[in-house]
Amino acid sequence: MNHSAFLTRLIALIRKETRQMLRDRSNLLVGLLLPVGLILLFGYGLSFDVKNAPVAIVMEDTSAAAREAVSGIEGSRYLVPVRTTSMREAEDLLTSGRVDAIVRVPIDFAQAQARGDARIQLILNGIDSTTARSLEAYVGGALGTVSLRRLDRGTGVPGSSGSVEIVQRTWFNEAGISTWYLVPGLVVLIMTLVGAFLTSMLIAREWERGTLEALFVTPVRPLELVLAKLAPYLLVGVVDLAICIVAARVLFQVPIRGSLLAIFLTSVAYLIVSLLLGLFISGITRNQFAASQMALLTSFMPALMLSGFVFDLRNVPLVVKIVSQIVPATHFMGVIKTLFLAGTNWTMVAQSCAIMLGYALLLLALTWRTVRKRLD
Amino acid sequence: MGSFIANLAQIIALCRKEIVALLKDPANRVILVGPALIQSMLFGYAATFDLKYVPYAVLDQSHSAASTDFLSHLEGTGIFRREATLANPHQIGQVIEEGRVLMVVSIPTDFADRLAMGRRAPVQIILDGRNSTTAGAAAGYVNAVTTSFNEARGVASPVTVVRRAWFNPNLDSRWQIMPAMIATLSMLQTLLLAALSVAREREQGTFDQLLVTPLTPLQILVGKAVPSVLVGVMQSTIVLLIVRFWFEIPMAGSLWLFYLGLFSFTGASVGIGMSISALSLNMQQAMLYTFLVIMPLTLLSGLITPVRNMPEVLQVLTYVNPLRFGVDLVRRVYLEGAGLLDVAPDFLPLVVVAGVTLPLAAWLFRHRLA
Amino acid sequence: MTETPPSVVIEGLSKRFDGPDGKPFEAIDNMSLTIRPGTLAAFVGPDGSGKTTLMRMMAGLLQPDDGSLHVLGIDLAEDPQAVQNRISYMPQRFGLYEDLSVQENLDLYADLHGVPQDVRSERFSRLLAMTDLAHFTGRPAGKLSGGMKQKLGLACTLVRVPDLLLLDEPSVGVDPLSRRDLWEIIKQLIAEEGLSVIVSTAYMDEAGRCDHVFVLNGGRLLAEGTPADLTARAKGLTYVVTPQDGVPARNLQARLIDAPDLVVDAVPAGGRVHFIRQPDSDEARLHALLPDCDPQPRKEELEDAFMLLLHQQDTPGQDASTPPPLASQEIHGPTNGHGEGPVILVRDLVRRFGDFTAVANTSFDVARGEIFGLLGPNGAGKTTTFRMLCGLLPATSGELQVAGVNLRTARSAARARIGYVAQKFALYSNLTVYENLDFFGGAYGLRGARRRKRVEEIICQFELDPSAQSGNLPLGYKQRLAMAAGLLHEPEILFLDEPTSGIDPLARRAFWRTITALAQAGVTVVVTTHFMEEAEYCDRIAIQDAGRLLAIGTPQQVREESGLEGGHMNEAFIAIVEKARAEEGQAQEAA
Repeated sequence: MNHSAFLTRLIALIRKETRQMLRDRSNLLVGLLLPVGLILLFGYGLSFDVKNAPVAIVMEDTSAAAREAVSGIEGSRYLVPVRTTSMREAEDLLTSGRVDAIVRVPIDFAQAQARGDARIQLILNGIDSTTARSLEAYVGGALGTVSLRRLDRGTGVPGSSGSVEIVQRTWFNEAGISTWYLVPGLVVLIMTLVGAFLTSMLIAREWERGTLEALFVTPVRPLELVLAKLAPYLLVGVVDLAICIVAARVLFQVPIRGSLLAIFLTSVAYLIVSLLLGLFISGITRNQFAASQMALLTSFMPALMLSGFVFDLRNVPLVVKIVSQIVPATHFMGVIKTLFLAGTNWTMVAQSCAIMLGYALLLLALTWRTVRKRLD
Repeated sequence: MGSFIANLAQIIALCRKEIVALLKDPANRVILVGPALIQSMLFGYAATFDLKYVPYAVLDQSHSAASTDFLSHLEGTGIFRREATLANPHQIGQVIEEGRVLMVVSIPTDFADRLAMGRRAPVQIILDGRNSTTAGAAAGYVNAVTTSFNEARGVASPVTVVRRAWFNPNLDSRWQIMPAMIATLSMLQTLLLAALSVAREREQGTFDQLLVTPLTPLQILVGKAVPSVLVGVMQSTIVLLIVRFWFEIPMAGSLWLFYLGLFSFTGASVGIGMSISALSLNMQQAMLYTFLVIMPLTLLSGLITPVRNMPEVLQVLTYVNPLRFGVDLVRRVYLEGAGLLDVAPDFLPLVVVAGVTLPLAAWLFRHRLA
Repeated sequence: MTETPPSVVIEGLSKRFDGPDGKPFEAIDNMSLTIRPGTLAAFVGPDGSGKTTLMRMMAGLLQPDDGSLHVLGIDLAEDPQAVQNRISYMPQRFGLYEDLSVQENLDLYADLHGVPQDVRSERFSRLLAMTDLAHFTGRPAGKLSGGMKQKLGLACTLVRVPDLLLLDEPSVGVDPLSRRDLWEIIKQLIAEEGLSVIVSTAYMDEAGRCDHVFVLNGGRLLAEGTPADLTARAKGLTYVVTPQDGVPARNLQARLIDAPDLVVDAVPAGGRVHFIRQPDSDEARLHALLPDCDPQPRKEELEDAFMLLLHQQDTPGQDASTPPPLASQEIHGPTNGHGEGPVILVRDLVRRFGDFTAVANTSFDVARGEIFGLLGPNGAGKTTTFRMLCGLLPATSGELQVAGVNLRTARSAARARIGYVAQKFALYSNLTVYENLDFFGGAYGLRGARRRKRVEEIICQFELDPSAQSGNLPLGYKQRLAMAAGLLHEPEILFLDEPTSGIDPLARRAFWRTITALAQAGVTVVVTTHFMEEAEYCDRIAIQDAGRLLAIGTPQQVREESGLEGGHMNEAFIAIVEKARAEEGQAQEAA
């Protein structure tokens, strides 16, 4: 094989793809604007962290003990107490969605406390169970601070037995900010997006517009066609990666504890797989509509739902777990979160790159077949 | 009256054509039913924040009866599964980082002594914060176990919080997500279907053919919108059946109100889709715009993260998002059993969105120039 | 020096495809032929005769099912890449990268073919000069007119001198001027570079310029030879006849073509009718068919021979060629009375897109029952004018009335009076013939029993298969279906946008036979076309170029205006457009 002819053709094709990419506004829209929009949405818009949640407080017992018991809620930075006069009113507030929970101090609270059997009722709106669970923890914590204070005051009187106390430390994300794990996950989504929506159109478009027929009857080899289509979009993906990293660090103060080199290596490895998957879909469907539908269903949705992006994979049934392991995004998701939040773990990086290499070779071979210069 | 019937007959002819064209292709029939079916099953299992089990490791430096007792309490819940027993603190980093365990329980050497002395005995838990939501849930479980452990030892906490969760007694996150899927899954396809309806005809040249018939833009609009709405509601019904009978989430509200809500919501989605369609010159553009619209609509709907957690500016923006109100309406009617009066505020934005986008689309049919 | 092998050797070649009905059919059926090097060879034949399949097989893009195929002495089955390295191929739809500029398209193909830099600049300037694209090198290919695109496609194919050039219907959808330019380029290259060229075409005048012609039909080779050899087959059978005063030539033509046992083919030409008689036809009956007319023998042409060959071979199932027997049936003309005055009235019509004037100051009338033809090169403003008439596009200024109203602003009921056949016969391809017609019936406000009756009538009239999926129909049948849909509601006026584009001569005869019958029933017909000989069927024609109306009148008047009285319509058209362009150029220079 003549290497210089191969290179001339490859460069000519890459130049052509790059020009086409730059001149089609829709490419820039999906390739750059959409990622930026997603970053802002995910960074600012999406958060599982409850802040200033309104909580209705029903004081059926107005004793000092009762008031002291709920005083912790006022001090909580997560909760905003809403005073109500009756349980009825509080229930109305809860059903109409104006408060997220009701804290009810029963009429016999002070007496019960004296008996050592004090109870406070917490009513949550289970429609949003995630918020409800967080609130449960916050309210419990807020009420608990008071108890602890009382306990501390009473340390002079040791009980018959001591109590276990949990000291919690959350590694990698001490404050438990959901943005910290959403933004690294977003890198996966954006890399997937570039592949799914930009490259899935590429070969299909050439089939639809009839440009391949003339191209086939030239000295061009199928491999050159595939490689040339990969190159410019790889660059777009890298630009998106850079945007993500800068936005993560500067806008959302997400720590980047791993080495940038490791992040770059794993991301590019995944990006290549993602682009090849898009090209493969494009090559087998040969029409843009089917290609985009397939890309959405087979690459983007799994990356969103099954990769461990938001939903933890530990909880899924075996079948779903197996499916999730087939999705390349799952492997990348684990590594990228570690690289952002935990630090460089070269074993994981190497493992992920090896998996991606396997996928890349498989997809390259499959895509190659779809452009094998034949019309039938 | 006669002209009304003639009018209606023309619309019916168009509706029938749209539906026949859609259902004729076996691939289309699969596309209309398959994704809704598969996605609702898959998401029903995958999209959950609940931890069914927590893989953890133990670093027991106490080696006492008390620490063993504590750990057996932990494991007695059936939620915590020990994946590793560590010998020294240096191993903590490794098991957490590799993701083998979500949590390490570290019991210090003086644990038993402190307990015996009636003092507070701290137990350290180290959580993997790479998914802070999961980590928070795991911590919640440990705290609950600890409270019961203390109670069993006769140390009652001064105040007991008695939890009751309305509408979702076990705070099962599947209950939160799946009813919302009834609206979301159908919107994804309905929007695309509506967006392609006119764009496809423009691309194939049949739209001109349609415009030179005596059909008015309003008739074309109704004829094209009705099949899309029907498809949307049909898909919602598929998801509804799965949610109700496969995942057995009890439905509290009235079915007719539920469907009234679905129709209004689908109407608003179709309105957005048709406007996109009327603006697009070809199918590629229509798909692109649809995708650009679907992303924020889904993310800013309260489907996964609550609208209240968003910044003010974005919260205001969500007023034009039919999915936000669709999700709210569907959830509340399904789980709460809310009545018409309760959810009336949700209907208003839906009707406004439909009322603006549908006439806009009709106007654009003729005024969008090639 | 060894002897040059034949360009192409085909032996017992067959290729099967799955037909629309799921059954396999032979696209190429046991074909054998040889093409000598250094010649210009042509494949001609109706739609579906296998021209494109054969071209694609020679380019190594399709694998034969049977038989062997050698191109430039290389067995294609063994090494298609070796062939592809030496030939150049221009597919029917040359896929230019529309978002790349003219120069970038050329560069791409030059790089792919490995054209060395030093010869490149000379080659490019020559190609650009020949194709008249030198001023447009920076323009994106998508912004070129259809004719220019085709020329650029040819230039891209010719960035280097190939050992064999394959051109698949290079002139489909291209106006006469661009068509002439294309052929001049090809001729020039053959003369200067000794190129071997194989071209497929539906135009007989193009085939007539070739050294050797292969006539294909139904995947088989019907005949081959030099144009002169083939033309001789029609010797003594060709005649010309002049109709009586006041009788349109097309009516006489219709009468002739309706007698297939006597007449092979008939076309109107210059107010007279050219026809071919059946070799064994009865003299007396032929005279009976032409009372008071005196047919004169005329010189035979290649097209005559072609029509003769196809008719002799006439196989059932290929009957897109036989006209729908409209003449024998009652035509449903417009239901309302024949008023006086023009049905279509256009005054000072202008349409601008930004600062580009697509239609400038155009005025004309169309009388009731007239066939009015709108002719012009690609991008002349025909389609824009047409779309304004149908109310699909608002006019920038000027007055426009169709059946007394402006369709853009008129109540929708007014649109029930017109019928419309869109370019490329846009119909719902995944619906059946019946479903399509049923829908359009409904859209036109036909209801219940009346709609069913009308749909059945029209299906019968156009001999359509109601259960066939319309997307799978051959082009000729698609055109019939589009016509049927446009005529369901018995409109007064029928608009047809390039109804014969891509249609082979046989199906075009059938189409015009239907139009003639409609006009006889009083329907007004407005039609745009690229085929200049079709102007002969029209009562009056208008020629547009660059948005301006250059000529209007009967075909005879337009021919006289061009100064080429007895000539072919094609030449008259070219003369008028070139004259106007020259005047325009002078005016610009003067200014």
